[in-house]
Amino acid sequence: MEMVIALAIGVLFGSGIWLILRPRTFQVIMGIMLMSYAVNLFIFIMGRLWINRPPLTLGPGAPDPAAFADPLPQALVLTAIVIGFATTALYLVLMIGARGITGTDHVDGEEPEQ
Amino acid sequence: MSLGWTQHLILVPVVLPLLCGALLIPVNEKHHQLKFMANLVSVLGMLGTAVALVWLTDEGWPEGIGVYLMANWAAPFGIAFVADRLSALMLLLTALLAGAVLCYSMRSWSRIGVHFHSLFQFLLMGLNGAFLTHDLFNLFVFFEVMLAASYGLLLHGYNRARLRASLHYVAVNLAASLLFLIGVALIYAATGTLNMADLAGRLNHISGDGLILAQIGMTVLALAFLAKSAMWPLGFWLPATYAAASPPVAAMFVLLTKVGIYIVLRLWLLIFANEPPSGAGFDALLWGGLATIAFAAIGMLASETPARQAAYSAMVSSGILLAIVGSGQSSLVPAALFYMLGSTLAIAAFMLLIELVERMKSPGAAMLALTMEAFAIDERPEQPVGEGIPAAIAFLALAFAACALIIVGLPPLNGFVAKFSILHGLLHPGPGKAVSLGAMALITLILVSGLAAIIALLRFGVRTFWAAGILKPPPLHVTEVAPIGLLLLLSVGFAVQAGPVFEYLHRTSDGLQRPAQYIERVQGQPVVPGPLGPGGR
Repeated sequence: MEMVIALAIGVLFGSGIWLILRPRTFQVIMGIMLMSYAVNLFIFIMGRLWINRPPLTLGPGAPDPAAFADPLPQALVLTAIVIGFATTALYLVLMIGARGITGTDHVDGEEPEQ
Repeated sequence: MSLGWTQHLILVPVVLPLLCGALLIPVNEKHHQLKFMANLVSVLGMLGTAVALVWLTDEGWPEGIGVYLMANWAAPFGIAFVADRLSALMLLLTALLAGAVLCYSMRSWSRIGVHFHSLFQFLLMGLNGAFLTHDLFNLFVFFEVMLAASYGLLLHGYNRARLRASLHYVAVNLAASLLFLIGVALIYAATGTLNMADLAGRLNHISGDGLILAQIGMTVLALAFLAKSAMWPLGFWLPATYAAASPPVAAMFVLLTKVGIYIVLRLWLLIFANEPPSGAGFDALLWGGLATIAFAAIGMLASETPARQAAYSAMVSSGILLAIVGSGQSSLVPAALFYMLGSTLAIAAFMLLIELVERMKSPGAAMLALTMEAFAIDERPEQPVGEGIPAAIAFLALAFAACALIIVGLPPLNGFVAKFSILHGLLHPGPGKAVSLGAMALITLILVSGLAAIIALLRFGVRTFWAAGILKPPPLHVTEVAPIGLLLLLSVGFAVQAGPVFEYLHRTSDGLQRPAQYIERVQGQPVVPGPLGPGGR
C-alpha cells in the first residue's frame, strides 16, 4: 500500500512540476493544483497509513493509543487544504485579470517573438 | 510562575490588526479619512505594545522570555506564542516601518485602489504572528496570511507591470509554500512534534532513518525560507516584483525578505547552537549568501531605474545576513542584527524617496541627462550663479545622500558602524582560530558590493541632482516628507546611540545562545487552572 500511494504522490507532483514550467497561465494553475494535491496527500500519510483506526476517541474510559490513528496530520491537512484553496482562487482571479488587461494568457503578459 | 496580565500583551500584535483589518472591510472607501485613522490607531497600538514587550523582555520577565499558551494547552501539545528579545525587536521594527509607510501612503497611494488599509493590517498580522509563534505549522499559517496580503498589496494600483510581476510572484510563492508544507510534514514524521522547543530537544535523541528524514525535512523547509529571503538562485523574482510594486508597498516588502532570515537565525540558534557549525547545510548557506551578494551587486550596477537598485540592495543585505549565519560564528549575531535594523530602515526610506525624486524630473529628463553624459556634453548653467537651492530639492538630495551612505556603509551613519563590526567580527573569529576561506570571501564581497553600490547610487545621484536646468522643485506634502525624515532620523539615532543599542543586541544574542534555558522556559510554562481545578470535568 505504501508503494502505491508513494507512486501516486510522485506522479501527481511530477506532473505538477512539468505543468508549472509551461508558458500558459492555465497550465501553471493546473500544475499548482496538482502539486498541492500531492502535498496534501503527503502530509496525510506522514501520520503513517492505518486501516480501521479512527483518529478520535469516543466513549468513556482511558483510550488505548495503539487503537487510534494520529489525528494531528489530519488536522494539518485540513488547514493546508483551506489555505491552498484560497490562494488558488486568488491566482485564478489574477489570471483572469491578466488575460483581460494584456489580451494573452502567457505568463509574461506578452507573446514571445517567433 | 505567572507573568500576570502582562503576558496578554504577547497576543495584542496579532489580534489588534486582525480585528482592525476585518472591521475596515465593510467601511466604504469614501470614508478614507476614517479608515486611515483606524489604521493609524492600530499601528500606534502595535508600536506601544512592541515598546512594552521590548522593555518587558529586557527587564520585566524572568530570563527575558514571555510565553503565552493558546487555549491553555501545555507547551508541546498546543500552540505557544513566545516573546523574547529578538521577537520584540522585530515587532518594534515592523511597527516603526508600518507607521512611516502608512503616513506616506495617506495622501495618494492608499486611495488609488480598494481595501488598502485592510490588506495593510493583515500584512502586519502575518508579520507579527510569524515573529511570535513557536510552532512550525502555525508559522506556515502566518506566512500564508502575510503572503496573501502581500499579493493583494502588490496588485494595489493595478497596472500592466504590477499584474505581470504578480503572476510571477504568486506562482513562485505558492510553490515555495508547498515546499514549506513538505518540510513541516517530514519533520513531524521524524520527530512527532512541531513545537520548536520540543523539536530542538528531540532532535538530539533521534538517529538512523529518523535523523535522515529530519535532515531532509529541514533542508526542504530551508529552501522555502531561502526562496522568501531571495537567496541566489531562488531570488530571481525579487527585483522585478519590488520594482513594480507601488512605493509604500515596496517599502513594506523590504521587511518581508527579513522574515525568512529571522526564521533561519532562530532555528539555527535554537537547534544547532550546541553543535560546532559544520556540515553541508552551513556551507550551502555561506556560499549561497556569497553568490547572492555577488549577483545583487552586479545587478545593482546593471539596473537602470532606482527602484531596481533599491531592490538589489535589499538582496545584498539578505545575502550578507545569510552568509553570516552560514559562517556559523555566533559572536557575529549582534553585528548582523544591527546591520539588519539599519539596512531595512534605509532601504525602505529609499523606496519611498524614489517616488518623490522621480516627481521632480520632467518626462524625458532622464533620457536627456543620459545622452549628455554619453556624449560628454558640458552643461552650462543658464541661471546666474548664486541662486538658492529650493528647500524641496535640498531635502530630497540630503535624504538621498543619507540613504546612500547607509546602504553603502560609509561613515558617519550607522551603515558604517554595522559593516565595520561585521568585518571586525569576521577578522577575529576567536582565540586560536584562523580566519577561514569563507570569511575572507565574505569580507571581500562585502567591500566589493559596497563599491558597486557607491558606483550605482552615485550615478543615479549625479544624473538626478546635478543635472542643470531640468529640475523643478516638486510639490511635496508634509505627510510624505515626515516619514522619510523619521526613518532616517532613526538611523542617525542608531549611529549616535550605537553603544547602548549594541549592548541590547548582545543581550539578545546571549539569550538566543542559551537554548536549554529557552526550551525549559517554554516547556515549563504552567497552564492556568480552570474554574473547577486541574482535571475538572
